[in-house]
Amino acid sequence: MSSTPSSVENSGEQNAIAVTGHEPGAAGQEPVLSVRHLRVEFPTRHGTLVALDDVSFDIAPGEVLGVVGESGAGKSMTGNAVIRLLEPPGRIAEGEVHLSGRRIDDLPEERFVPLRGRHIGMIFQDPLTSLNPLFSVGDQLIETIRTHLPMNEREAREEALKLLREVGIPAPENRLDSYPHQFSGGMRQRVVIALALAARPEFIIADEPTTALDVSVQAQILALLKRLCADHGTAVMLVTHDMGVIAETADRVAVMYAGRLIEIGPVDEVVRNPQHPYTKGLMASIPGIEKRLERLYQIEGSMPRLAAIPAGCAFNPRCPHAQERCRVQRPDLMPAEGSLAACWLHDPVDPLPPRRGEAGEEMAHVR
Amino acid sequence: MCADTAMQQTPPATAGQADILLEAHDLARYFDVSKPWLNRVIERSERLTLKAVDGVGFSIRRGETLSLVGESGCGKSTVARLVVGLYGLTRGRLVFDGEDISDLASRTGRQTASVRKRFQMIFQDPYASLNPLWRVGTIIGEPLRFFRPEMSAADRHRRVGELLEQVGMSAPDANRYPHEFSGGQRQRISIARALANEPEFMICDEPTSALDVSVQAQILNLMRDLQDEYGLTYLFISHDMAVVKHMSDRIAVMYLGRIAEIAPAEQLFANAHHPYSKMLLEAVPSLEGAGKERTTIQGEVPNPVHPPSGCAFHPRCPHANARCKAEVPRLITRSDGSEVACHGVEEGRLP
Repeated sequence: MSSTPSSVENSGEQNAIAVTGHEPGAAGQEPVLSVRHLRVEFPTRHGTLVALDDVSFDIAPGEVLGVVGESGAGKSMTGNAVIRLLEPPGRIAEGEVHLSGRRIDDLPEERFVPLRGRHIGMIFQDPLTSLNPLFSVGDQLIETIRTHLPMNEREAREEALKLLREVGIPAPENRLDSYPHQFSGGMRQRVVIALALAARPEFIIADEPTTALDVSVQAQILALLKRLCADHGTAVMLVTHDMGVIAETADRVAVMYAGRLIEIGPVDEVVRNPQHPYTKGLMASIPGIEKRLERLYQIEGSMPRLAAIPAGCAFNPRCPHAQERCRVQRPDLMPAEGSLAACWLHDPVDPLPPRRGEAGEEMAHVR
Repeated sequence: MCADTAMQQTPPATAGQADILLEAHDLARYFDVSKPWLNRVIERSERLTLKAVDGVGFSIRRGETLSLVGESGCGKSTVARLVVGLYGLTRGRLVFDGEDISDLASRTGRQTASVRKRFQMIFQDPYASLNPLWRVGTIIGEPLRFFRPEMSAADRHRRVGELLEQVGMSAPDANRYPHEFSGGQRQRISIARALANEPEFMICDEPTSALDVSVQAQILNLMRDLQDEYGLTYLFISHDMAVVKHMSDRIAVMYLGRIAEIAPAEQLFANAHHPYSKMLLEAVPSLEGAGKERTTIQGEVPNPVHPPSGCAFHPRCPHANARCKAEVPRLITRSDGSEVACHGVEEGRLP
């Protein structure tokens, strides 16, 4: 992690924002990406669906922020909102997105487009659909480089070779003129990473970059992504449903539930000592290699649909500790041990007493 | 009910021959992946054969869970389909509870009923494996209609309600359609359908890989409960080492159509012998492993149409020598009960 936790916020911009919106770990250094009170809505005939509700976080240079959650939690939506790839009629209803100190969410479309690729790189899940099957890998790389950087054909070709070498493709001179279908899945994903890095962006969104890959290749790709981003000082938002990937790759973790950020903190804290009841349940429900339990902890029920998000805390119908207040009043992120959790159990003024003897509590602490 | 007797016979780990429910000897399945005839003539290309499974043998004891694990293309799903008779065998022999069922795929109609009702398959994708035009009650009742035509509609209706309750749903759900349910609930419906005829043996092909972790935990717990209750035997297929560890008594690690290692679950995780098993275990990202430095393994699974000579793993193996390149290793039983197909382990070069 590139910055140290500090309770003293000294940046003027951050002071202007409500105290609850940001988390320790991002202070002291100008964040590359800063998202404030982001709200995404989908107006439909049956009313407005809120896909993201009051999401705030920062990512520092060279830092990997893992965004984790189950399907429908809004993790990909967060990435898509930042790069403005929301499916219509989805729109950013409230909030701000700042990239390197510059506000980008209110830019007109023609000024936003040049940011993609040049300042924000993207890596998607399926490398076969993010590469054009009709052009050779070299053509695609050279085109990307020349679009963003002032280089001629020959320089761009040299740069493309350098990139392919950097992402670990053997004999890049020979592979430059190959087409995507001639590469294996892992090699294709390396090409996609090379493309994302081509213009040396300061920020990369990696949306489930290894979900389509086998474990042995996954480990290679994650190690590569992490090394390159550390070398270049690139900030990464790593969106995945796989807690193991997060634990091994991310510096900090943001846990999402029903379009809300419910816990955020350093990876060790969130993984080993989760504070929000949902995070605790989630951790305890993952089968581990180093332990064997007779039964896995299970969170009863399932994530609410966007059309039926409960009042108060969205997790309250499934929470073993839920009480009257949770059903009425929505908790903001509050300091909880080493991280921030949106749960009334951690209310600094009037903390809710946890219910004892819940299976989730006990099993979560076994870890 | 046959499941009851099966439960009483649930064997200890060291059970003898008599308790073996399924034996597979030297299973093989080849697929012809050649180009069309005209292309072959014009382009002078050869016929191509994909050896999806090539010489896989194992046995499963009553009440036990054997898992097949490996990366994509290793043939684990093909083995599952061979066992249930969705594919015919190219070579090999399958014996189910003493009866030779090698020709199951070519048997037709009710000829197969006596065997087929004793095992069932659960598929990976609960969105594709349920007919969207049928009500849940019809879906779950279908195997009953086929295997027990004498059952009255009222009895069937009652049985469907029971089954739904067994998998943690409610009887009135029988009147709804699959699209009204979430992925986890659909997988429960698949399980209820599989349970309809009180099978002894379930083949589960990646039953939770399309599900979220919290839902996965619910389904895995349900499968364990059903196993305890009915003494079910599972052939469990997954690419997720942690899930496999949670579910299995024994684990077979597959690589390019062959078994690299079979060992009791605890032992495989504590002390894997085959270099590929070690690599797989090493590569799994784990919660406990935050910040851990790992040696990443080079290379990827080769194209199974052109597998490497000798031991298929040799191009990625750090211990490969001339013999590994030339000779296919056989599964050798070791003193600790595991079986390993590796020249290095056999020769004592590797621990």
